[in-house]
Parts: sequence; structure tokens; C-alpha cells
Amino acid sequence: MRVVLAEDLFLLRDGLVRLLEAYDFEIAAAVETGPELARALAELEPDVAVVDVRLPPTHTDEGLQCALDARRDRPGLPVLVLSQHVEQLYARELLADGTGGIGYLLKDRVFDAEQFVDAVRRVAAGGTAMDPQVIQQLLSRRAADDRPLGRLTPREVEVLELMAQGRTNAAIAEKLVVTERAIAKHTSNIFAKLGLEVSDDDNRRVLAVLAYLDQDR
Amino acid sequence: MTTETKSDSDGYSDGGGIRGAGARGMGRAALRGLGLALVLLPGAVLCFTLSLVSIVLIPIGVGILTTGWVLTGVRVFADWRRVLAAEWCGVLIPSAYRPVPENANPWTRTFGMLRDPATWRDLRWLPVDMTAGFVTALLPAALLIYPLEGFALAAGLWRVFPDGYWYGFVPVTGQATAFAAGALGLGLLFLAHFFTLRLLPVHFRLTRWMLASNQRELAERVKVLTDTRRDAVDTSAAELRRIERDLHDGAQARLVAMGMDLGTIEMLLDKDPEQAKRLLSQARQSSADALTELRELVRGIHPPVLAERGLGDAVRALALRMPVPTETNVDLPGRAEAPVEAAAYFAVSEVLTNAVKHADADRIWIDLHHVDEGAEGAGGIGMLRISVTDNGKGGAAIGAGSGLAGVERRLGTFDGVLAVSSPAGGPTMVTLEIPCALS
Repeated sequence: MRVVLAEDLFLLRDGLVRLLEAYDFEIAAAVETGPELARALAELEPDVAVVDVRLPPTHTDEGLQCALDARRDRPGLPVLVLSQHVEQLYARELLADGTGGIGYLLKDRVFDAEQFVDAVRRVAAGGTAMDPQVIQQLLSRRAADDRPLGRLTPREVEVLELMAQGRTNAAIAEKLVVTERAIAKHTSNIFAKLGLEVSDDDNRRVLAVLAYLDQDR
Repeated sequence: MTTETKSDSDGYSDGGGIRGAGARGMGRAALRGLGLALVLLPGAVLCFTLSLVSIVLIPIGVGILTTGWVLTGVRVFADWRRVLAAEWCGVLIPSAYRPVPENANPWTRTFGMLRDPATWRDLRWLPVDMTAGFVTALLPAALLIYPLEGFALAAGLWRVFPDGYWYGFVPVTGQATAFAAGALGLGLLFLAHFFTLRLLPVHFRLTRWMLASNQRELAERVKVLTDTRRDAVDTSAAELRRIERDLHDGAQARLVAMGMDLGTIEMLLDKDPEQAKRLLSQARQSSADALTELRELVRGIHPPVLAERGLGDAVRALALRMPVPTETNVDLPGRAEAPVEAAAYFAVSEVLTNAVKHADADRIWIDLHHVDEGAEGAGGIGMLRISVTDNGKGGAAIGAGSGLAGVERRLGTFDGVLAVSSPAGGPTMVTLEIPCALS
């Protein structure tokens, strides 16, 4: 799987290259500025891009803008955005086109190499990987002013969180150490309580959950 | 003209002027006033006319070449009056022209001078000078010379005017009325004794009133600036102390603990792999916690979205984090300077926190826009205006100790103001205004 990597801090870039190569990814390009990233995305046609939000020369949100532009040119281009902080505002912009293949994670998540690589693979496959922090912010805010969420059991909230991050039922089952059948039961309960349509497509499922959590905003 | 030059050099030679009391002093004041009046009238008329013509000619280009020189002439004229005011009457008129670069081209010279408020004070002064200024300068001489005419009439001059002659309000037709004119002259001379010496200072005070910028306003401004600077210095010192303490007690301590854990792990690796594994996960947790703390600290110093996207999106991101549904309406065509953006952001953040904590609201609206220059009270550079409204129970006030007082102090550094409308029972509306330009 060919990866284009954009990160301006040498240590982190180097670490990410080594980490991804250890998991048998092919690094097509590892760049450090916005313009270089734009060129690499246009010319190399990678399977997935791993991009830092803040890149030179502007040191603002150049990486994020590059990723959004690239996805406009090539809809569905899988992009995993990494950042020192996560903001719902950015998460919403990334999810706005509804085509999937989007990830938005705190840089800290690379601490857990397995989970990080899993997120990269999920995004490359057209799924989503939303940072737990974004999901928790959404959930806690919704819980404060919305009844249906209050009707969920603590276990169901836990499942909803993992589901919104973009995990499949199998992955959730593994994480919570229960059977996949139990998770399937939980998810159908959640969908019923939130009034969401059940869908086989994992990506659509996440978008549905996020859209519900985010409505009226 | 000669009289003027004479009195002028007089003024320089024995400075004291008005203090030489008695007839000599009155005579000198009258002479000076007369000379001044004779010079200022053509001078002011000439300056004013040339300035007007030159400024009017700017659109066709000629004015750009001439205006700089004409206005420099006006300044010389005004400065000459400042010197006279100080020399003759001790009236100090501060000269507050902005410096014009020595070898500036006519364009920058002309427009630099036109942008200077002192130039416009000069031009406003000239018409006043040629009217009220002329009269007040001429009066001391008139008060001395006019009585002489009365005496001359009484002494027999009345015979020259067989058809009658008005002296002041006295119709002179014969010796009797001529004496009356003489008496009036005496009365006027008596008045002159009181007023001559005071009239010239009146003239210069008039000049000062027209030429000097408003001193009291300036003093008030200096006071406000001193206060807000002290507040700003206090606030930033406290902020630095807080950051230092947070780093010391938080991230720094965690990194030390992590280093210790790693050292222990090195030792345990062979002896007790189970324990080493446990410590490893603890070390990883420590580093994650340190990162979280650093992230919070950064958010408190300069929020990332603010750095990346500017005030509009930073406030939007802030609204998304609020536990109360918050609507934002942003209309900013550009970005303000970083310190202004930060002040506005933290002010909004504080106001929102207040609303969530105390107002018991279930809806908040934030409106953020920039009023262009030229609009009401914007001071020429425009105004950032932010209003935060909630539908809570109201009763918020800017008082000592309230969070809003802190916000007000912070905004003060940027000449910003805070207004609160919060009747008991609500709703509460907090409005912030900061004068600033967008780029």
C-alpha cells in the first residue's frame, strides 16, 4: 500500500516512516511543506495520505487545506489527518463531502502502533477513523441537551463511541471483549433509540451517527 | 510694515513686554498690536487663499507640487505667531506638527501634511485670525488713538467739519459737543488704561485656542494609557507565573517520572519482565498525560485554531465546544492583528463561560463583525464588534471581582470597551468593541 506522508517535524516524520515501513506500507513520498504535499498527491496517486494539519510555509492549516483540495480533485482520496489537537470544526469540514476515506486523529495515537496502523488501513479502505476526543466532545454535549442519548445504557454509549470512531462490529467486539453477536444487539438497540437507519456499510453507519450527533449545529 | 518690524525687534530685545507697566507699557502694547494687525491681515488672507487654491488644484496635479510649499509657508506664519505669543505675553502655544522627511517627494510631502490634524487646525485658524484675531490685535492701538481724536476735536478740530461729525455716539456740532467728545475721549483713555495691556494676551489666547490641540483631552488620554499599561503588565506577569507553575507541576514532573520509570525498566528487563511491562505502560501513560497537559496549556496561551484560522473560526470552534447550543454569525473580511485577535478570543471565551455557569441559558448567540472606517466613532481604522446574547435569567454586572471586570481590563489595553445589558430575568447581552484594522 503506497503512502504519501506530510509532516514538518523531522523526528516525527522519521518515526512515522519507520513505523509504517515496519507494517509493510510503501512510502511513496515523505514531504515537509504544503506545496510539496499538493504536488505529491497530484502526481503519485497514493493509496492513502497521512497529513499533518499545520505545515510550512504558512504554519497555519495548510496541510488540512491541501488534503481538502486534493479530495475535491479526486473524490474519495483516502486522507488521514494528524494534529497536535483535534477540533470538531475540522472534523466537520473533513466529513462534509460524505464520501468516506477520512481519518482525523491526535498525534498521540501513534503511541499505540497497532491501533494507529489499523486506523490507516481503515481509512485506506474507505472507512473513517475519528479521534475518541472528537466523539466524546460530541457525545457529552449532546447528552446535556438531548433525551434519546440519555436513554442509552452506559454500555450502549460505549459502543456508540467506538462506532462513531469508525470501527466495525468485529473490532468493537474485540475491544470490549464480548461476542460480535452482543455488539450487533447493542447497535440495533442504539439505532432504534436514535432513530437511525440500519446500514451494512460501515462508513455510512459512522456518517449517520455523526450526522445525528451533530445536528442543529 | 516698518512699525511691525520695529515692534518685533523690540519684543526680542527686551522680552519683558507686558511687565513694563504704565504709559510706556501701554504704548508698546498698542504699537505691537497695531503692527501685528497690519501684518496679520494680509498674511492670513494670503496664506488662506493660497492654501485653498493649492488644495483645490490637487486633482489636476498642480496642487500636488505646490501644496507642500504653501502649507510649509502657513506653518512658518503660524510658528512666527507662536514666537510672538511667547515673547510678548508669555502665552505658550505648543507646535505639534508631524515631521516631514527632508527629501520627501512632493506627493508624500503633500499628502503627509494633509493627513496631519495640525494642518487642518492651521487652516481653521486662518479665517479666525483675519477677523477676530485682527480686531483683537488692533483694539489696543485703537483704544489709545481714538481718544486722541476726541481731544483734537475738543481743541478745535471740530471747526473743520461744519456739517457735524460723529465721534463715537456724540454728534459734534459746536464747541460744547466738542468738549463732550473730549470727555468721551478721556473716558475711553481711562478704559484703555485698564484694557490695553490685557487685549494683546486675549489675542494670543484666541490664537492658542485655535492652534493648540486639546491639551485636556491629551492629558486624559495619557492617564488612560498609563492605567491600561499597568493592567497589561500586571496581567501578563500573572500569566507568566501561571504558565511557569503549570509547566513545573505538570508536564515537567511527569517527564521526570517517566525518565525514572524508564531507568527502572532498564534494570528490570532481565530480572522481572512482567514488572517491566507494567512500568512501560505506566511510562506511556505518563507521556500521554504530559501531552494532554501541554495541549491544555497551549490552548490557554494561544489557542491552535486561532493561530491556524483566525478569530472567526476560533470562535466557531469555541461555540462547538459549549455545552449549551450556541449559534455563531461571523462577518470578518480579514484578520486583525494577533494580539487583538487573542484579546477578543479570550474575552468571548470568558463571557461564554459566564453565560454557561451563571445564566442558566439554553441558547446562546454570538455575532462577530467589523465596522468599516468612516462609520460611527470608529476612529478611522474601524471597529471589531462582538455581541454575545443568551436567553438566561440575567442579572450579570460589571463589578469589582466579577469575571467581566477582568475582561474589561484586558480589552482596555486595546482601547476596547465592554457593555452589559442584563435585566433581572434576562436576557443578557454582552457587547465588546475593539478599534482595529483588518488586513
